[in-house]
Amino acid sequence: MTLSRVIDKIWSGKLWDFHGGIHPEEHKLESSEVPLVEAAIPPLLVLPLKQHIGSSAEVIVKPGDRVLTGQPLTRPESRMQVPIHAPTSGIISSIEPHTVAHPSGLSELCIHLQPDGLDEWRERFPLPDYQSLTPLELVGRIHEAGIAGLGGAGFPTDVKLATGREKVEILIINGAECEPYISCDDRLMREEAQRIAEGIEVVRHILKPRLVLIAIEDNKPQAIAAMQAVVDGEQVQVRVIPTKYPSGAARQLIEVLTGRQVPSGKRSLTLGIIMLNVGTVFAVRQAVIDDEPLIRRVVTLTGDRFGKPGNAWVRLGTSVRWLLGQFQLNPEPRQRIIMGGPMMGFTLPHADVPIVKISNCLMAPSEVELPPPGEEMNCIRCGQCADACPVSLLPQQLYWYSKAGEHDKAQEYRLDDCIECGACAWVCPSSIPLVQYYREEKAELRRLEEEAQQAERAKQRFEAKKQRLEADRLSRENRHQQASQARREQMTQQAGGSDPIAAALARVKARQAELAASATTPGIPNLGSEAIQAARAARKQQALQRQQGSATQPPAVTPVLTAASPAQDNSAQTSTDPKTAAIAAAVARAKARKAEQQAASDAPVTPSEAAATQPAISTATEAPAPETTELDPKKAAIAAAVARAKARKAEQQAAATQPAETPAPVAPESETAALDPKKAAIAAAVARAKARKAEQVAAQQAEQSASAPADPTPSSSTESH
Amino acid sequence: MAFTIASAPHGHSQQTTTTMMRMVLLALLPGVAVQVHFFGYGVIIQLLLATLTALLTESLVLLLRQRPIGPALRDSSAILTAALLAVALPPLAPWWLVVLGTAFAIIVAKQLYGGLGQNPFNPAMVAYVLLLVSFPSQMTSWMPPQGVSQQQPDLAHAAALILHGSTGDGINLMQIRQSVDGTTSATPLDTMKTQLGLGKAVQQVQQEPQFTALGQWGSGGIGWMWVNLAFLAGGLFLIGLGTIAWHIPTAFLLSLTACSAIAWHLDPLHFISPTLQLLSGATMLGAFFIATDPVTAATTPRGRLLFGALIGGLVFLIRHWGGYPDGVAFAVLLANICTPLLDSMTRPAVYGTRSNSKGG
Repeated sequence: MTLSRVIDKIWSGKLWDFHGGIHPEEHKLESSEVPLVEAAIPPLLVLPLKQHIGSSAEVIVKPGDRVLTGQPLTRPESRMQVPIHAPTSGIISSIEPHTVAHPSGLSELCIHLQPDGLDEWRERFPLPDYQSLTPLELVGRIHEAGIAGLGGAGFPTDVKLATGREKVEILIINGAECEPYISCDDRLMREEAQRIAEGIEVVRHILKPRLVLIAIEDNKPQAIAAMQAVVDGEQVQVRVIPTKYPSGAARQLIEVLTGRQVPSGKRSLTLGIIMLNVGTVFAVRQAVIDDEPLIRRVVTLTGDRFGKPGNAWVRLGTSVRWLLGQFQLNPEPRQRIIMGGPMMGFTLPHADVPIVKISNCLMAPSEVELPPPGEEMNCIRCGQCADACPVSLLPQQLYWYSKAGEHDKAQEYRLDDCIECGACAWVCPSSIPLVQYYREEKAELRRLEEEAQQAERAKQRFEAKKQRLEADRLSRENRHQQASQARREQMTQQAGGSDPIAAALARVKARQAELAASATTPGIPNLGSEAIQAARAARKQQALQRQQGSATQPPAVTPVLTAASPAQDNSAQTSTDPKTAAIAAAVARAKARKAEQQAASDAPVTPSEAAATQPAISTATEAPAPETTELDPKKAAIAAAVARAKARKAEQQAAATQPAETPAPVAPESETAALDPKKAAIAAAVARAKARKAEQVAAQQAEQSASAPADPTPSSSTESH
Repeated sequence: MAFTIASAPHGHSQQTTTTMMRMVLLALLPGVAVQVHFFGYGVIIQLLLATLTALLTESLVLLLRQRPIGPALRDSSAILTAALLAVALPPLAPWWLVVLGTAFAIIVAKQLYGGLGQNPFNPAMVAYVLLLVSFPSQMTSWMPPQGVSQQQPDLAHAAALILHGSTGDGINLMQIRQSVDGTTSATPLDTMKTQLGLGKAVQQVQQEPQFTALGQWGSGGIGWMWVNLAFLAGGLFLIGLGTIAWHIPTAFLLSLTACSAIAWHLDPLHFISPTLQLLSGATMLGAFFIATDPVTAATTPRGRLLFGALIGGLVFLIRHWGGYPDGVAFAVLLANICTPLLDSMTRPAVYGTRSNSKGG
């Protein structure tokens, strides 16, 4: 059915109905029959920065400032920020957190204003000919006046109007006021019908809807008459709807008036409909025509415990405690003070709470008129909740699933569509606080949703990181390959055409064979069999200690092995932990020092032995080192430092024995080290190898080739790393 | 001053589980009164025995389960179960029958599942079927209604018969059950079933004294028609109060009427008329008081309609082709099995999920 046909039907006077609903006792007369009064200005006003859906605006006053009535106290910086204004003239006494109107009694930042009693207005710019402004300028004026929906949700009115411009077919003015006890809209319509009508004209000028419907429940005949007297009945019509809770809920009212349902999760604008509360329309009129920002509202004060129930114009920021006193609260022992109505309102933990833009009612019921809830009994599946639900949910099933923590099922049964009107709990014969269960489950679902989002974000971060690291690794490997290829080619040229790697491998094999021979054959000249046996014993001891998990290295029993072990330990450990690497490095330095001292002073055999074993082991163990060390620059730095120190010492040593040989291999070191700071490890290895070579040369000199090394080109061996 | 904290809504309708149960009990009264009129004081004695047993067994089990006894007894649900079973039993059945049945209903069919609201099957009907299957002869020993029987036992005689099996004068149940023509009586449905089984036509069976003795009102079985009408009145009262929804009884009765009307139209010799179907046996008691037990019935509007229609159809089938004269108890239990399925199949369209193009 198109909206045009809907409008035709509306013209014919048709009304629709929504599913469920309840008929609680109305209790409107207690407060609706007393004329609106002006509540006096209290001694202190507490103004929460945020009184609407959205975020709070920036404070532009400071303690000690004198402000005038209507002067803005905050400045919005975006559309969802709504300013607040000084409800009267006075001094800003402080800006600090204060309990606000919230079921949990939480505190929010509030501006505390000490009225001076003069109620002196700032300069005002009334605008009787508002038609001279464009709709957008009017929306801006409404935004500056700080108007947010006064019906209860507190949605910024200017945002609603701005998004609805040129899309709205039907504008609904909500005067249904379906909640029992509350009569502030009723009273406002009776006393300010003309201004409400002017407000409607202002909104019509902005939105240009085809039809305006003023919805009023049939239990407010005087409000209906008052409104009918001030509208034309053509473009703006009063629709009298049957009294049924919650007909004033936006979606239900839309269904009653148009027969259409707002799609789940969408706004009414998708149907071309916008709804404003009568109080909001009045505030729009005051802001546009009189330049009076939203600084006061009508509040219903009702319930048996009020000595003087009624409706009052209350300045925003007025303390509930002060109002209770003004309207002669006569508290009973277990007094409940409800902000809002009996169906959806919440109890206040204490009375030091300010009235804000959305506070429509203060209730002080006696235990007789609103008996405390009975004891919660077992659900007997009577299904009355489902019959009452205005959203056609199955409250009973939602209750089971909420209670059992079956979140998927609760969502499948559309818990999110619950409007928390309380009809189900109101009819429940077992006195089950159903809405409370739904609120808890909704909170739990929100929490799970947030967790899931966080987990998803973390997963995405992790995967991005993994990809990045993988890309890094590939590019690095690629670089390495190219670099080593280049080096190899260079070296092959230097070595006269033979492949240096193959040569190095050959050398390693030769060394191993030689070592085996020297270990097994005691008859080798000049090689002390005692030393070899001692070395073997030391090796065993070392292995044993490593098995036992001992961190301490054995003292350098034999220079043969201790000279070899640092390189081994170093490369293995740096890849795991910087701390252990540092320890290992220190140990290695100490060992190296000892070995060198030994080499210099002691047996002339050992240097050659060291030279023979070291390359063999180091080629095997140090080859993977660059890869692992590069993962961590710190480790690499440590390794490099260790290596440099060793190299320096070895060179000094070598220089002491044979200075003539040293200068030659220095040049390539500076070359390779300059390529990449991360390649410090390579440089270190190169340095170590050079040191070894120097030692070797020294040993050769000293020993006169007792066992001649099979390596004719030591320089190529060092650079293969 | 600190105020009391409470969660919305702060008001509540007057209806509670207890008032619902008591309303149902109240609505049973017309039916019970008519039963007493036609079948004597035995009905009251059965009611008392059943209630006493129910309260005792409920307290015992709650004691064992370490649950508060007071609130559970006050909600009157046990008394209602007992009452529904008691009115379904033959008025002069031996005392142990009703005691056994009630104890089974409360202990096994209700409390072992977790108490009020947790049982998948109607406790009264579980007990009824248990007794019917275990003690078929005692369970079908209905006496003829007032006006057909030779003598109606007074309260003392009824008590003696129930408790001892015979009165002080030596009259036993068999003698009481003799009708005016000397044949042993049974319920109209029982008679019909037996006689149809012997190859007689419906019209022939309806010539039997218990169908004819009280003129045209006897055409549906004397007394039974009145009993059913009284339960119908009680049921309408409950619907008027809003204690039960109209869906289940309406669907039940429409379905039973439709099935029997079609069958009767096709073969009037072997199928009894819809009127007799509606106003005999436990039809009205079942439709308004048993099938509507909220705990075991479907809860969605369409589910309730299907649930009621299912029972109506099953009652028709069991009455004609089943092994027992009446079928309400079996039909209700079979429908109870379908309840979860019906509920999940018939979820209503939530606001905002239906297509607006069809709206209006």
